[in-house]
Amino acid sequence: MRIIVNGTDHTLSCDGGRRLSRVLREDLGLTGTKVGCDAGDCGACTVLMDGRQVCACLVPAAQADGSVITTVEGLAEEDGRLSAVQRAFHRHGAAQCGICTPGMLMAAQDLLARELHPSVRQVQDALGGVLCRCTGYQKIVEAVMDVSSNAPDPAMPESGAAVGARVARLDGVGKLDGRELYGDDQRPADALWLRIIRSPHAFAHFELGDVDAWAATSSGVAAVLTASDIPGANSFGIYPTLKDQPVLAESFVRYRGEAVAIVAFETRPAGEETDIASFPVTWTPHDAVVGTEAGLRADAPRLHDDSPGNVLIRGRVASGDADAALASAAHVISGEFRTGFVEHAYIEPESGWARKIGDRVELRVSTQTPYMDRDEVAHVLGLEQTRVRVIPSAVGGGFGGKLDQSVQLPLAVAAWVLNRPVAMLYHRPESMAATTKRHPSHITAKLGVDAAGTLQALSFHGVFDTGAYASWGPTVAGRVPVHAPGPYRLPHVTATSAAVYTNGPPSGAFRGFGVPQAAIATEMLMDQAADCVGLDRLEFRLRNALRAGDRTATGQVIDASVGLAACLEQLKPHWARYLDEAATANRASGPVRTGVGIGCMWYGCGNTALANPSIMRLGLRADGRLTLYNGAVDIGQGTYTIMAQIVADALGAPLDRITQVFGDTDRTADAGKTSASRQTFVSGKASELAARDLRAQLLRHTNAGEDAELVFDDGIVMVIEGDRRRAIELSTLIANDDGDVLTGEGSFDPPTEPLDANGQGIPYATYAFAAQIALVRVDTELGTVKVEKMVAAHDVGRAVNPTLVEGQIHGGIAQGLGLALMEEYLPGRTENLHDYLIPTFGDMPQIECLLIEDPEPLGPYGAKGIGEPALVPTAPAILGAIRHATGVVCPQVPVLPHRLRAWIKSQNAEAAE
Amino acid sequence: MAAYLQPRALQDALSAMSEGHWTVLAGGTDHFPARVTHIPDEAILDVTAIPELRGISKSNDGIRIGATTTWTDLVEAVLPAACRGLTAAAREIGGVQIQNRGTIGGNICNASPAADGIPALLSLDAQVELASVSGHRTLPLSDFVIGNRKTMAKPDELLVAIHLPAAALTGPGAFLKLGARKYLVISIVMVAGTLDLAEDGTIAKARIAVGACSAAALRMTALETALVGLRPADASEHLNAGHFAGLSPIEDPRGDAAYRSDAAMTLTRRCLAHLAEAA
Repeated sequence: MRIIVNGTDHTLSCDGGRRLSRVLREDLGLTGTKVGCDAGDCGACTVLMDGRQVCACLVPAAQADGSVITTVEGLAEEDGRLSAVQRAFHRHGAAQCGICTPGMLMAAQDLLARELHPSVRQVQDALGGVLCRCTGYQKIVEAVMDVSSNAPDPAMPESGAAVGARVARLDGVGKLDGRELYGDDQRPADALWLRIIRSPHAFAHFELGDVDAWAATSSGVAAVLTASDIPGANSFGIYPTLKDQPVLAESFVRYRGEAVAIVAFETRPAGEETDIASFPVTWTPHDAVVGTEAGLRADAPRLHDDSPGNVLIRGRVASGDADAALASAAHVISGEFRTGFVEHAYIEPESGWARKIGDRVELRVSTQTPYMDRDEVAHVLGLEQTRVRVIPSAVGGGFGGKLDQSVQLPLAVAAWVLNRPVAMLYHRPESMAATTKRHPSHITAKLGVDAAGTLQALSFHGVFDTGAYASWGPTVAGRVPVHAPGPYRLPHVTATSAAVYTNGPPSGAFRGFGVPQAAIATEMLMDQAADCVGLDRLEFRLRNALRAGDRTATGQVIDASVGLAACLEQLKPHWARYLDEAATANRASGPVRTGVGIGCMWYGCGNTALANPSIMRLGLRADGRLTLYNGAVDIGQGTYTIMAQIVADALGAPLDRITQVFGDTDRTADAGKTSASRQTFVSGKASELAARDLRAQLLRHTNAGEDAELVFDDGIVMVIEGDRRRAIELSTLIANDDGDVLTGEGSFDPPTEPLDANGQGIPYATYAFAAQIALVRVDTELGTVKVEKMVAAHDVGRAVNPTLVEGQIHGGIAQGLGLALMEEYLPGRTENLHDYLIPTFGDMPQIECLLIEDPEPLGPYGAKGIGEPALVPTAPAILGAIRHATGVVCPQVPVLPHRLRAWIKSQNAEAAE
Repeated sequence: MAAYLQPRALQDALSAMSEGHWTVLAGGTDHFPARVTHIPDEAILDVTAIPELRGISKSNDGIRIGATTTWTDLVEAVLPAACRGLTAAAREIGGVQIQNRGTIGGNICNASPAADGIPALLSLDAQVELASVSGHRTLPLSDFVIGNRKTMAKPDELLVAIHLPAAALTGPGAFLKLGARKYLVISIVMVAGTLDLAEDGTIAKARIAVGACSAAALRMTALETALVGLRPADASEHLNAGHFAGLSPIEDPRGDAAYRSDAAMTLTRRCLAHLAEAA
């Protein structure tokens, strides 16, 4: 076949049915085109074919014969400068993790060739075939509409003005020109290709047949590895004492998708995933334990020996006397709420490669937690941790899903045992079946309020389906009772939780660790309580809002950075406007009703009452350049950019002098996981301290005072204090192994105190606060909901980079909207991105962000976290708006059309009686 | 390497089909999604290089749509008002990428109960033209798609074109799709319709089809009969559950059976209102 790709003529010989995506990526090495699903569901592989956007995964090579293809690599100018559409994406922050960006750019290019000044609707229609899981789409729409302005790039801030500036992502260009390397973009040509044999049953015993004979007679198979081949411990898990999941199951499996063997192919099979159905394994399936009620039944099979009754762990926070207070409260509102499994649906499936080098093993994988990966690999290989090196690839979305082990352990085992480079890539159904989910929940709660509208008591119990293995279940069970009271003054609280084993997929970390589920329950009760006492829903929340100096249900007095009241005050005019708009709209008759809702939240940044340190280092080279050794993995949220902004100001250096060594466990210190909305707060503080340390060394060197100005030049640092100027000749200093002549180090572990049996203590050093409001239209005849607009007010302490903060809010709202309205993972039924629905361009509201900066004294420049807080209030706001529009208290999410229609009908029937 | 044949002449394709078993491939938008985890060992007949299979032509008899005509071809074509439903369906299929590659013939032959193109075609009294080495035959689309992934195509037959008879192209057309999100969504329920008026302004003929509520999309013949003689503006008030008795919706993650029946009536009422407005 002959194709012209980005102006270059290629003649190649390949099977006519080979996907164009594989021709581009594997035959031509153009890995800028991403593959997210191989099914036309995500649009990540969008390229232009004869000027029209197509999914490269759906085009057989034969149909591309003779065509002109443009990929993301073909967009930039000949001299490498970004094109107008790429620059618009850059200045608007339209790329976060960047995995969908090539597809977005190509779809935009197609549109802009026809319409240079598109409307919002035209942008949505043209780009609607590409899914994004990070951005919530708004900045992409803004970027595409602004291409024609050809506005200049945002200027680099002056020295000392980096924090608070809308700096364009410092790692952004590679996400726009296709050069960024994700997990599947860099595998060596000679790597073996691994596939996992997985259980098709949720609960089964199995026996392996003659796998060696199968390997010998199967074409292209180099080896098969089973549990007995694992050099160290065949177990892994987040908590050191809870490593309950086998790398490869030995005789029985506890969930559909569990791994039982690794097949190593000599190369990636050309016929996509070669037939592994003939693999010799005999299954004896059992009745699966589905759901927590089944798991808790007295006659339920015990899924783990150490957990009688299938209860993995319980959590509890108790203060005051909730029962007595509820008994005497003027109004008690009770409710019962359920949520299901939710899939992270990052567009980049799990992927990476590994090799053995001497007596060490090296992994390059898409991960949120390289240090935990390192330790887990060492455990499974039976090696010291120093013999494992993990270098994160660019991460095409994580959201908590890449806080757990996926490809890491099979890659490490195979590379070690077979002594060959090995690579693997989950296909989409595998990614969905095998990896962790958000915990389904079943929550019962009672809220008591006095006649004047002051909250009195909360009684809350949440049962969480932790699936087949513990994963992050203990984190959820611990975090939920602390957060259950919401960001309110509540003198009497009993909040309990239980994480229950079932034969579901392992539930793990997912943006919010159970708090979004809890907030759905308590915020819905808050709305009803407001109605009971005759107060406006916002006013009621404001009246009960936590304020600086208040004591929480864990007995912690929070002295500073309690910005909920400020969020609500700023929302007031918007809330009034929304209420007016709804009232006006509802004056018209018809099936479409408009409603307005509000959700509030608080969120503790960092681990719950556990050590949570981060260490950062900043080096100064002899040539005067600065190197930040940054172990805080950037999964699209922006730690690459944020840490540099903080360092620049804390040191007193211009941002563009800083280069970075990023996330390499051999070269960066342990900055901890990208989780729990902790990186800006914890690693940001460590970065600040590292920079202050280096600054102090430079000042000491010249006996200069605190306020001296530093000027970094080639090979020299000038220290200027009034008229006094002293030069440090860097070449006179001795360089270390990294080539640095001076190194600053910063370490920060947020101060917390353990919780006692009643959950009393200091679980978090700081909390983020937020309130969001939504205006929705409900088609009461069809049960469909369109969220038209939202305003999100977030107390972030300090917005280190407002563009990135807004991006987190938009993306969090998108995931919260998905949780509320469409996302539900059903094992075996929704294992792809057309049965499992995430929001598209056309499902998102117009979002306005209000950034409240109530500084956190412990945080870097006052900053705290935003990643998870962005998602938590969204579903409550939407559910409240649905109730406002229809009167229905939704007892379950997602509020799928058929569910809402049934609730509306049953409410109408009750009203008729 | 598996056989991959991409003939340029229809006769070559038909000869091949008479001699062996082929997987027919057109736009690939259903073919590849069914081959994510495993590609079977199969011989592929790619029909997209046969020029006469693609394109839209009009004559006194009606409109001929070649089987490999893409959704984008349909969106960009100038068609009579009766085809508004078909065009609307084309715009709502997948995203633009899918519309640029997916073909109307492929949508029919894939025979998904939720095929977006079929209700609109049924409401246009579409006929399908099949060819084999033995010759051509034409049959109503409603007789061709007979179930979930089932058609009346014989193993050696290729769908070459869809014909829309002139008699069904006189009034307005409409299409409504219900999904759980805006883009890239499989329909929960679809309704398509066309309406012909008598000289006195009453309904002379209504053609209403419902998709995703039975193994294959169906015309609502009882309803159509009941609508004759009514004023278009009154039509939507005359619905009753009996008109939809032919439907047999299933429960799946997108919706339960009761909801689908309920939504089919609602969408039909709205479709009739649209048609009345346009008429």
